[in-house]
Amino acid sequence: MKLRELAHSRAGDKGDTSNLSLIAYHDRHYEHLRRHATAAAVRAHLGDLVRGDVVRHELPTLGAFNFVITHALGGGVTRSLAIDAHGKSLSSALLELEIPDPDDGAAPMR
Amino acid sequence: MTRSAIRLGAGAGYSGDRIEPAVELVERGDIEYLVFECLAERTIALAQQARRRDPEAGFDPLLDSRMRAVLGAAVARGVRIVTNMGAANPVAAAERTATVARELGLGKVLLAAVCGDDVLAHVLEGDYRFEETGTAVRDLAGRIVSANAYLGVGPICDALGTQAHVVITGRAADPALFLAPLVHEFGWAMDDWAALGQGTVVGHLLECAGQITGGYFADPGVKHVPGLARLGFPIGEVEANGDLVVTKVAGSGGCVSAATCKEQLLYEIHDPAKYFQPDVVADFSKVRIEEIGPDRVRVVGGTGAAPTGMLKVSVGYVDSYVGEGQISYAGTGAVARGRLALEVVRERLRITGVRMSESRFDLIGVDALHGARDRRGAAEPYEVRLRVSGRADSMHEAARIGNEVETLYTNGPAGGGGVSKHAREVVAVQSVLVPAGAVTPSVRIVEARS
Repeated sequence: MKLRELAHSRAGDKGDTSNLSLIAYHDRHYEHLRRHATAAAVRAHLGDLVRGDVVRHELPTLGAFNFVITHALGGGVTRSLAIDAHGKSLSSALLELEIPDPDDGAAPMR
Repeated sequence: MTRSAIRLGAGAGYSGDRIEPAVELVERGDIEYLVFECLAERTIALAQQARRRDPEAGFDPLLDSRMRAVLGAAVARGVRIVTNMGAANPVAAAERTATVARELGLGKVLLAAVCGDDVLAHVLEGDYRFEETGTAVRDLAGRIVSANAYLGVGPICDALGTQAHVVITGRAADPALFLAPLVHEFGWAMDDWAALGQGTVVGHLLECAGQITGGYFADPGVKHVPGLARLGFPIGEVEANGDLVVTKVAGSGGCVSAATCKEQLLYEIHDPAKYFQPDVVADFSKVRIEEIGPDRVRVVGGTGAAPTGMLKVSVGYVDSYVGEGQISYAGTGAVARGRLALEVVRERLRITGVRMSESRFDLIGVDALHGARDRRGAAEPYEVRLRVSGRADSMHEAARIGNEVETLYTNGPAGGGGVSKHAREVVAVQSVLVPAGAVTPSVRIVEARS
């Protein structure tokens, strides 16, 4: 399944660095996400969309993660030639990441 | 005079934001403070250029409209306004607001302008290097247009210590616009790091206005948000210990939930345990978020540590010029023709010797020309681009069409990006860190009588 079924995300930008939150709809999926939505998996998933490293911060009390990605925005919103210079739509790219089904009959928040 | 709790409303999440939600907050929000955060990183550099062309300019272009819409009700109800709409010229912004107050016949109205964030001379004299690239600021000397320090709560509290109805800053830390009223009302010590950290949580959550009340959140099928076209802006109910309840005006559009608060808490931060601010290094890592009623979410547990003693300074400089062109193809073979066109343009740029340091060649869009077509079972396209166009009688009217698309950033469905509204001079912004002692803020009072 896609990350999108278990979690939501918002992108932020500071200079050439993007941050992508990843927030579980249900706290019970936090561990599953922690196991599969690793910094390495996200780095591989984003591929050549970004040039820098991915660092993952964990927020277990919120059931959330924060991915911080350097050299992600073509020099930042003030310089980038990209159509989405803020990289706001990177949140949607993150949520396309394929992860295994948690096998608990998980229904996304509908 | 110390209150046990106060209610703060967020009247704007960026410079071009919707105005009527702020009016709703003043008239029906039962708030004590209305805060407008309107100053993005680059905006102040563009404002400095505007001020250089006209000494009376350089403040937010919507200041007049916003003040006209809210000032009467705010003065009548004793709601104090705090805003960074002063941009590159807080004094001129205060004077313009005084003019609005006179024209509205509001009697005696006091405006406080917070000055001193302009540190261009200091930065040009010093030996500073940009944080991200390591380039020496001095190397760009002839192209630099601005350097503005992110001020903390100190001078804003000084301004609130006067009888001013409206406090207008230039560059200040966005959360400080909210933290300052809390420090002022509750008498928090400036070394009470826990209180200042939680107060920063309050500011960070509220500063993007609609982004916490269901704006920029909706995603049909997974995240439902009612009434996006008349999204209500947030109210923070803050107790003297900093405990926060986020809510909004009853009956307005949008929603406040644990999920909307979590998205906003993590928006534009890096290490959640170290959110660097002028007055505190805030720690969001132990924040707890709990839904306590319809559109009521309790947020507690923010804390913090002593600040670094350095202030972030945004340096604006003329970086480059960007030109852009778009063209569309339709029907069978459209993609092939689009790719061919890209190759032709690429070759023409080379043949004719157009010098570019960087370039992109993209094919965008799927259904902009003839609507959604039967794609014979093809998978849904990965991307779509919305376009709204309209004819108007004036530039002013025409600009409003694009602005209504643009406000989808903070107010519309989730994950929208890349609004384009045309060849432009590029003023870029990078940051340096300057010792706090090198920055000397001050407050100027402007009085309006009518």
